[in-house]
Amino acid sequence: MELLTINNVWMMICTALVFFMHLGFAFLEIGLTRQKNTINILFKNIFIITVGLLLYALVGFNLMYPGEFNGFLGFAGFGLESPLTAEGALDLTYSEGYTYWTDFLFQGMFAATAATIVSGAVAERIKIFPFMIFVILYVGFIYPIAGSWKWGGGFLQELETPFYDFAGSTLVHSVGGWAALVAVCLLGSRIGKFKNGKIQAIPGHNIPLATAGVLILWLGWFGFNGGSVLSADPGLTSLTLVTTCLAAAAGGVLASLVSYLKYKNLDLTMFLNGILGGLVGITAGADQMSPTDAIIIGAVAGAIIVFAVSLIDRLKLDDPVGAIAVHLVCGIWGTLAVGIFGELASGAQFVSQLIGVVAYAAICITSSFIILFTLKKTVGIRVSEKEELEGLDGFEHGMDAYPDFRLNEH
Amino acid sequence: MKKIEAIIRKSKYSAVRNALHDVGVNFFSYWDVTGLGNEKEGHVYRGVSYSTSDIQRRYISIVVNDDFEEPTIKAILDSAVTGDVGDGKIFVSDVKECYRIRTGEKGGNTLK
Repeated sequence: MELLTINNVWMMICTALVFFMHLGFAFLEIGLTRQKNTINILFKNIFIITVGLLLYALVGFNLMYPGEFNGFLGFAGFGLESPLTAEGALDLTYSEGYTYWTDFLFQGMFAATAATIVSGAVAERIKIFPFMIFVILYVGFIYPIAGSWKWGGGFLQELETPFYDFAGSTLVHSVGGWAALVAVCLLGSRIGKFKNGKIQAIPGHNIPLATAGVLILWLGWFGFNGGSVLSADPGLTSLTLVTTCLAAAAGGVLASLVSYLKYKNLDLTMFLNGILGGLVGITAGADQMSPTDAIIIGAVAGAIIVFAVSLIDRLKLDDPVGAIAVHLVCGIWGTLAVGIFGELASGAQFVSQLIGVVAYAAICITSSFIILFTLKKTVGIRVSEKEELEGLDGFEHGMDAYPDFRLNEH
Repeated sequence: MKKIEAIIRKSKYSAVRNALHDVGVNFFSYWDVTGLGNEKEGHVYRGVSYSTSDIQRRYISIVVNDDFEEPTIKAILDSAVTGDVGDGKIFVSDVKECYRIRTGEKGGNTLK
């Protein structure tokens, strides 16, 4: 009983830490975008965490963990139903690591993160109601169905060498990342981002807030990875926190270094993106890696980010916060890295990781494309030119983010 | 009465204010502006280099009696200069009337 209590307490702390990441995302997104869209971005973020959690309670949890099912699609019923003992009390033999309620809430906090990734990529030009519909469908249904393939005991878990994703490099980050990529392609770039084919800089309005956001996300990752151990096992949790932090640090340093060599300046936002890339990269195998492995994985992720951001720009895709580079590209890297480094490294594992990457690419690209393309062709997903130029806050919300002071606008 | 408007570097504001104080001018308004001019600043953001002539400056607006016109201008010219492109400008115009709101009086005495 004491063991369950200790495990459960840790899991609940981790639940709170993952919840806190939504503040990090909010700060990061508004920091890297213009102040005329701040209310809109915050509204989307708050929508995601509130509606996302409710949907997870209604259908998501039971889509993701359907119990016995065919490995591809299963559903354990609407709503939450806690397991009860013969006397009607909460059945604590549900798991040694946590109670049923903790299980639901911890996983619920992860679910919303996938949509938040998309909200950064589509910032400053997406219409809010179509975005809400997208979130409801993608977080409500696609995320948990895809998640069931691995964490719910589905076909990826049943492979001869099971696909491995410790805390969600694929299940959360690349699920969000693929949708972000599709959305950016369908949405188009912000007005003024590309002039005569040349990339223009659209600097964020509050870099300190973006920095705060990244540090908050790093803190949240203590729970994101630390809690994915699914118990308070001292060895595993402490190792996981170490690998997580080392990867973050290495990612930041390498991104900064590579960006300095490439662009001859010390860009803080690349440093920040590098930290996130390292975190995303280690998320697939944080419990399997040695500290050295973690540093290498983080470093590679950081370096990749600089080139990914540049490539995405050159493909004329506009990603205001670098979501695709951080979450999709580093998510794939982190997933594949489990087959290359650490305890599970092997050819067979690498192949399984590749199968997983491809499987998630398939479901995510297809579903997000269908949802967004349908929305685009019916109600439209992009705001009008006038609205985009004047700022979404005025038109979609009738509000000012900073009514008492005016920052210089550009 | 004359209105003397100066666009100066923000970094020179302290020196200009002290210089104005030294000639007896302690009465003006100022605000921060972004301006366009000959100076260019190089910026880099996420790998995109760009040069902008939209630069932050401070805009000071002083209304003085005619006998203060020359000393004020000289004070600003001496204290705001660096010699580099982008030091700014001073504009001088005539002011028709001036009132003190507290008492309702008008004329040059209100500027003392």
